[in-house]
Amino acid sequence: MNDDLTDLYQEVILEHAKSPRNFKVLPDANRVAHGTNPLCGDNYIVYLVMDGDVVRDASFQGSGCAISKASASLLTSTIKGKTRAEVEALFGKVHDMVTTGHADESLGKLAAFAGVHKFPARVKCAILSWHAAKAAVAGDVAPVSTE
Amino acid sequence: MPSSTPDWAALRADFPILDQQVHGHPLVYLDNAATSQKPRAVLGTLRHYYERDNANVHRGIHELSNRATNAFEAARECAAKFINARSSEEIIFTRGTTEGINLVANAWGGKFLKAGDVILLTEMEHHSNIVPWQLLAERSGAKLRYVPITGDEGLLDLAKLDSLLTHEVKLLALTHISNTLGTVNPVAELCAKARTLGIVSLVDAAQSVGHLPVDVQAIGCDFLAFSGHKICGPTGIGVLYARAERLADMPPYQGGGEMIVTVDFHKTTYKQAAHRFEAGTPNISGAIGLHAAMDYLDAAGRDKIFAHDQALAQYAYERLVEFRNIRIFGPKTGRAGLVSFLLKDVHAHDLVTVADQYGVALRGGHHCNQPLMKKLGVESTARASFYFYNTKSEVDRFIEVLQEIQKFFGA
Repeated sequence: MNDDLTDLYQEVILEHAKSPRNFKVLPDANRVAHGTNPLCGDNYIVYLVMDGDVVRDASFQGSGCAISKASASLLTSTIKGKTRAEVEALFGKVHDMVTTGHADESLGKLAAFAGVHKFPARVKCAILSWHAAKAAVAGDVAPVSTE
Repeated sequence: MPSSTPDWAALRADFPILDQQVHGHPLVYLDNAATSQKPRAVLGTLRHYYERDNANVHRGIHELSNRATNAFEAARECAAKFINARSSEEIIFTRGTTEGINLVANAWGGKFLKAGDVILLTEMEHHSNIVPWQLLAERSGAKLRYVPITGDEGLLDLAKLDSLLTHEVKLLALTHISNTLGTVNPVAELCAKARTLGIVSLVDAAQSVGHLPVDVQAIGCDFLAFSGHKICGPTGIGVLYARAERLADMPPYQGGGEMIVTVDFHKTTYKQAAHRFEAGTPNISGAIGLHAAMDYLDAAGRDKIFAHDQALAQYAYERLVEFRNIRIFGPKTGRAGLVSFLLKDVHAHDLVTVADQYGVALRGGHHCNQPLMKKLGVESTARASFYFYNTKSEVDRFIEVLQEIQKFFGA
């Protein structure tokens, strides 16, 4: 494995892909958003319980590659307790990171995805569930697609 | 056709692109079902055309136009021989297989298919042999029906055929070789059956025509479509073969220059086939490059190429069977030169990303076969597809890299 690959598939990513957190349906979700990548068939549903502007609980279901699954797992772990504005700000930072490699200090564990920027074909995998979450906090229920 | 075994190493040396490092490793190009590489003979022909002969075709009086026209029409003659058409008038140049099928769906289907008619496809069709028929069905009220496949082994379930071939079926459209499964379908048998029932037939030869000898008279189809870029030719050029009887009463596909005899303000008369179906300045260099590609393949011998492809695919299959936690798709024997598979707990996209870092070019995804993926119950597969310039040691390298990948993902 070369350095680019070990940057891409960091331990934390492999671990979350194997044992994804919040990988379930939230029966009392009041926001549900669907994200698909028609190119590779990645397909996720993000469930949120929102109390006003605040994400009280988050989960996801679906299937896809290690990058997309780990991303959804870390996303749902990270956004619990955050406001809509905070989730949107985080989306911007994650997007910036996976396209440029620059990881803002505030990203914490999410910084594991910085290595994605060297693999342009895989940026969409990392950002897919974030698109769905952004739509969900905004109350936009139309399916989102990376294409 | 030459009888001796080609010098495969010498042929491989005709492909300059294969001699390079990718991510610090020698390139192992195993994505030939997506597109093939191009030999110097084709590259040189394109260069010569643009440096010496380039001009617009058919109406020119000057020398260069005559040369371009002669070369373009010689390509049509060559394409006719390549698939043993009765006449070059049965050869329509298109942008590729997809446009060929769309042409048939629009020009022939638009005129002859009506509400209640049935188009019979198979579950292993590429999107290009599904979507044009769905569009036609929406316009005409015709319905689609599918010949099922037999699970992971991916053979057509021919026991069901008779019950599917009801009198409403007007068209049978199927692929010669599946781009995902590697299945070689018995097209001659199926087209013969269709013909006795008065059913028009179309064969998608995108994966076959550059890999084995194809004879449209022996197959007995009404239409056959293929692409240049998968058979060592340029992108953006393809061929639609259409039986003369079908062409005779088919209306034009697109209107414009090149396809007319006379144009008045309110009425136009059209050329005979095949030119009636080639509106506008055609892809002249593409056709000429394709001619060089077809000559190149037949100098090697497509029967030999198929034997070589099949041997590599069979060898790859035998090595893959040794893996634990692997699921392999397609027939166990007699497969064409490709193999699709999945490693448990390793998504095809992760597999292909890692293989690429080792210089091994594979494809991972739905391969434009989403309905087939649904039938198989998977989202995607990884695929290695071979051509005559691939070697046994490249298969070994692919297997070695795959072992690394399985280890890395702990699968």
